[in-house]
Amino acid sequence: AARMFLRLLSDIQWRAAHPKWRRMTSSHRSTSTTAEPHPVSLPAQAQVVICGGGIMGTSVAYHLSKMGWKDIVLVEQGRLAAGTTRFCAGIVSTARPVSIELKMAHYSNQLYQQLEQETGVQTGYMKTGSISLAQTQDRLISLKRIASSLNVMGIPCEIISPKKVVQLHPLINIHDLVGALYVPEDALVSSANVSLALATAASRNGVQIHERTSVSHVTVQKGRVTGVETDRGRIQCEYFVNCAGQWAYELGHSGEEPVHIPLHACEHFYLLTHPLKEPLSNNLPTIVDPDGRIYIRNWQGGILSGGFEKNPKPLFTEGRNQLEIQNLQEDWDHFGPLLSALLRRMPGLEALQIMQLVNCPESFTPDMRCVMGESPTARGYFVLAGMNSAGISYGGGAGKYLAEWMVNGYPSENVWPLDLKRFGTLQSSRTFLRHRVMEVMPLICDLKVPRWDFQTGRQLRTSPLYDRLDAQGARWMEKHGFERVKYFVPPGKDLLDLDHSKTFYKPDWFDIVGSEVKCCKEAVCVIDMSSFTKFEISSTGDQALESLQYLFSNDLDVPVGHVVHTGMLNEKGGYENDCSIARLSKRSFFMISPTDQQVHCWAWLKNRLPDDSNLIMEDVTWKYTALNLIGPRAVDVLSELSYAPMTAEHFPSLFCKEMSVGYANGIRVMSITHTGEPGFVLYIPIEYALHVYNEVMNMGQKYGIRNAGYYALRSLRIEKFFAFWGQDLDAFTTPMECGREFQVKLEKGMQFLGQEALLEQKQNGVYKRFTMFILEDHDTDMDLWPWWGEPIFRNGRYVGKTTSSAYSYTLERHVCLGFVHHFDEKTGEELVVTTDFINQGEYEIDIAGQRFQAKAKLYPFSSLFTQRRRKDELELSGYQRE
Amino acid sequence: FYLTPPQVNSILKANEYSFKVPEFDGKNVSSVLGFDSNQLPANAPIEDRRSAATCLQTRGMLLGVFDGHAGCACAQAVSERLFYYIAVSLLPHETLLEIENAVESGRALLPILQWHKHPNDYFSKEASKLYFNSLRTYWQELIDLNSGETTDVREALINAFKRLDNDISLEAQVGDPNSFLNYLVLRVAFSGATACVAHVDGVDLHIANTGDSRAMLGVQEEDGSWSAVNLSYDHNAQNEHEVERVKMEHPKSEEKSLVKQDRLLGLLMPFRAFGDVKFKWSIDLQKRVIESGPDQLNDNEYTKFIPPNYHTPPYLTAEPEVIHHKLRPQDKFLVLATDGLWETMHRQDVARIVGEYLTGVHHQQPIAVGGYKVTLGQMHGLLTERRARISSVFEDQNAATHLIRHAVGNNEFGTVDHERLSKMLSLPEELARMYRDDITIIVVQFNSHVIGAYQNEE
Repeated sequence: AARMFLRLLSDIQWRAAHPKWRRMTSSHRSTSTTAEPHPVSLPAQAQVVICGGGIMGTSVAYHLSKMGWKDIVLVEQGRLAAGTTRFCAGIVSTARPVSIELKMAHYSNQLYQQLEQETGVQTGYMKTGSISLAQTQDRLISLKRIASSLNVMGIPCEIISPKKVVQLHPLINIHDLVGALYVPEDALVSSANVSLALATAASRNGVQIHERTSVSHVTVQKGRVTGVETDRGRIQCEYFVNCAGQWAYELGHSGEEPVHIPLHACEHFYLLTHPLKEPLSNNLPTIVDPDGRIYIRNWQGGILSGGFEKNPKPLFTEGRNQLEIQNLQEDWDHFGPLLSALLRRMPGLEALQIMQLVNCPESFTPDMRCVMGESPTARGYFVLAGMNSAGISYGGGAGKYLAEWMVNGYPSENVWPLDLKRFGTLQSSRTFLRHRVMEVMPLICDLKVPRWDFQTGRQLRTSPLYDRLDAQGARWMEKHGFERVKYFVPPGKDLLDLDHSKTFYKPDWFDIVGSEVKCCKEAVCVIDMSSFTKFEISSTGDQALESLQYLFSNDLDVPVGHVVHTGMLNEKGGYENDCSIARLSKRSFFMISPTDQQVHCWAWLKNRLPDDSNLIMEDVTWKYTALNLIGPRAVDVLSELSYAPMTAEHFPSLFCKEMSVGYANGIRVMSITHTGEPGFVLYIPIEYALHVYNEVMNMGQKYGIRNAGYYALRSLRIEKFFAFWGQDLDAFTTPMECGREFQVKLEKGMQFLGQEALLEQKQNGVYKRFTMFILEDHDTDMDLWPWWGEPIFRNGRYVGKTTSSAYSYTLERHVCLGFVHHFDEKTGEELVVTTDFINQGEYEIDIAGQRFQAKAKLYPFSSLFTQRRRKDELELSGYQRE
Repeated sequence: FYLTPPQVNSILKANEYSFKVPEFDGKNVSSVLGFDSNQLPANAPIEDRRSAATCLQTRGMLLGVFDGHAGCACAQAVSERLFYYIAVSLLPHETLLEIENAVESGRALLPILQWHKHPNDYFSKEASKLYFNSLRTYWQELIDLNSGETTDVREALINAFKRLDNDISLEAQVGDPNSFLNYLVLRVAFSGATACVAHVDGVDLHIANTGDSRAMLGVQEEDGSWSAVNLSYDHNAQNEHEVERVKMEHPKSEEKSLVKQDRLLGLLMPFRAFGDVKFKWSIDLQKRVIESGPDQLNDNEYTKFIPPNYHTPPYLTAEPEVIHHKLRPQDKFLVLATDGLWETMHRQDVARIVGEYLTGVHHQQPIAVGGYKVTLGQMHGLLTERRARISSVFEDQNAATHLIRHAVGNNEFGTVDHERLSKMLSLPEELARMYRDDITIIVVQFNSHVIGAYQNEE
């Protein structure tokens, strides 16, 4: 294959081996140095420069060139497919828990299957299937959940018994297994050859490939990429794609304006053996044994087996380091536990002879999802890296989404879970990354249960009340580096330790959250919501209003002191953000968005607001502590503290006023709670935070005040059918699809972003509808709990997936929210979803293969709004993700 | 009778002590990172002692092990007093004056030493006044002698050793009106103790040794392996120079009787020691002191017994042999230990075990398959065995404890055998001494960064 590739890309320069990579690549490919053609000089300019000739770079080049972009240069510091790509195990596995990752893997599999035919380059593609083993019932549940997802995507899969496992793979010891997931269409490839095939096809489409060329830095002017400096000269370009794998972080930091790409390398080991006496067949399925932390595939008649140990060895913390590269050696003592797991799984392999223990660094990200998308600070700077050891599985799909993103301005799927902008500079500390990836790598094999929180890299951003709340029993979770309270453990009560609280069933905090919810309903609770993103936008003239009117879908020209719930929509009418905006004065606005919008929303607005020095946008997130007072008695607490009447007549819903609370002046009080319950959010300048909190707690005592956390908030908002951005809403959902037409100024004759798409939907109807489901025959104590991503069935046919769920303590039922589609029974084509279509169906929700009857509703239970403050002004919003 | 692993651990760890030199501003600027020490008794009560202290008026750290014989009284006294004598010997004239003036006028005294003691390392309260007065006499003499020269560490160590031994001897001759103290000073003088003391100041390491305890430097070679460098000579019959010295100091007529059965006068194993006035005083003096001494002393056959062929005392000295060593970055640690350790382990093994312990697992020689034919099963067996070896490292948080575990529990393959360990530790008191001696170990860990920086400055 290598020789053929040489012929196809005869313009590639082959010089003497780059010393840095010689060691890593060893002598797998023998290219005589004397016969190398002369180097071709780099072009002076190109539309796109891609850095990195691994699976990611070649996949992006392949897809861009397929989509019609031709003026592309791919530069690789060593040789194509030489880094991690050369060494990775070549397993294409679609058994992924995250839906978007599953889609990428599925597409990759389809792409690789036909690649050899398309390019003539042998890819070693072999459809072997994969078997994921479960040693425990909990593991089996997680596999069943994946099976549910695969099923509705039309990917064949089956939960099989241990006996069936032996039939599929005779070497496996099954005595400790409870079941397994079999995915017959999963495949094996030679990853380097896949990458070469993609490069070949791209090169045929006109992509220029230059090896032995390393990028020193990327130049950016006025927030746009202008070119790339390499060791062989400069290339002017409009777009730069950083596919530098584990070096992507360093490359991102090499320019004047750093692009933060949070990833960190860890050593990764796998074992190669000589062939068995009776060589293993090359179509034997790949075995994944997550409880043993290992994977095993057939390899040239023997096996290839690696894993994800509990004690990973991070490296290159201080950047590329020659010494560390040289020290990348076999470490048998480190591999010991994985070898034990292998021999336990396949005892018959004892006599098999070792060929090599390969040490191949992989890059990992802070949340185990890859990093994709455009830099928030440099337009035209795209990134695709941080594959968490699944580069081959994701390579095809990820390359495709990124190419679409560059060509069309947006990918064809919601990739927010992978978007670079979900991170900020704060995840870019090397210490943070080093600590976090040591947690992430083992997590690849750990059981993924609902509501998992990372334990490392914590307590970075905290509210000034952190210590106070912590002392009162707060249990914390983290969002965008910010510590938020989940719930408060009452004194004297102890919860299970971390490991034991992992469950797919009713969690141990059930009653604790229940009592917090009850207090919100009957008295008053305080929730610290300081993590929310807060921007102030102001101007000297009307610029602020005019610009915002175009960028936001709801009418912001309201009287001063009013709060407006509005979407920030894209051209397709989809939610880029969902926020509350208070009009502070004629010319200034205060905007509250979800916590993880800090980077995305900033970049979105920065790129679209006019370049006007009289129009100022400021991120004031850190300036305010937010206390959410939820409950019927919030009015009493606040009016006693401020000596101001707070009743609905004086302070109607969706109002904002600066007032004094206790001794502190200038507190922004807004009559919203993000839950539909009555109450207020107090935006307090941070130096007053402790004072105001103390005052509120003291005064609140007689009204039964207590602390509450986000779990209570979530239960309240979901039972009221409030959609949250990032969980339920994304760039592919419009206000029309979730019953929020009333938050859109379609009738006012004003131009705004996304208007056309919404008008079309208004005319022609929507193709999916946000719906609330009440589980009917679900036993909270005994049955598996829904989480999100559960398939929804209407009259026995798949119509969509849930996006969030919670137990409603008021309804005493589980509530799931999700989108219902209407697929044509014969063609599968998407049809318009009407109210009748929703109402006339019998619904079931599939939780790990078990279906529960559900009642669908398009409107919330009005009975839940007992203390409605004003009939016509239902507060319908809320948006933070859990 | 069988001890469980936790029981074994609680015995081994009962006397362990660790000290880390505190960091200043995130950095440790001392050439010493810290030390671990431990003791395992065989005698009841144990006759070994240990001391560690930081000199507060001069720079440097003092560490020492003391092996007592004929009781623990002398070792105890030396462990309490010797470092004060050394510290005072090192003090400049002005500081001595300042201290004397403070005592004179009843002001608070400058602290001289900061001790690093295990709770079991006690100081005698009753004798403190007596000890203090002897020490004060010493520094008063030093003040009078004021030579004006800067203090040489070697000189200071030798002077301190000799002076303390002299004071022990004098105190016993003079006696004390308090009968308890009177008996104490006699017991101190009639028992004996060896001493092996290290003084570390920057890259200057001085070892002062009297007797058969030993100081050993652990050196990491460039290939990562460990080697041992002796920093003291045993003062016993195995040391030709020492035998030669003793013979030189006495008339030719005594040559035959001086060393018999590898013992001094056929009695004493170490050729240098504190106390042991039976080998230092004239026969007359011994008889006079014993007769006027308390009854307990008279009843003791050992004290009354005069060594045979006792013609030209003194036969024994406390004068130490001092070795100076400039620390280099490859000098990773120092082991001070009483002969209980060295009887059971070769210094090369000591260097390797401590070295591997201190640097952790990774410096265990890595396994490379290379061109060999190894099966998965063989590799698995090998790794399991290596892990077992490593886990004994992880059981110990203290290098000295780890060394004792090996010294007592090693089987013929050089790995710790729990069964053997359990047997050795559960021996009844009266048998223990036959199978092993008291063991006292101090492992001092050096700070290679600081030492390297010193070296660059020079």
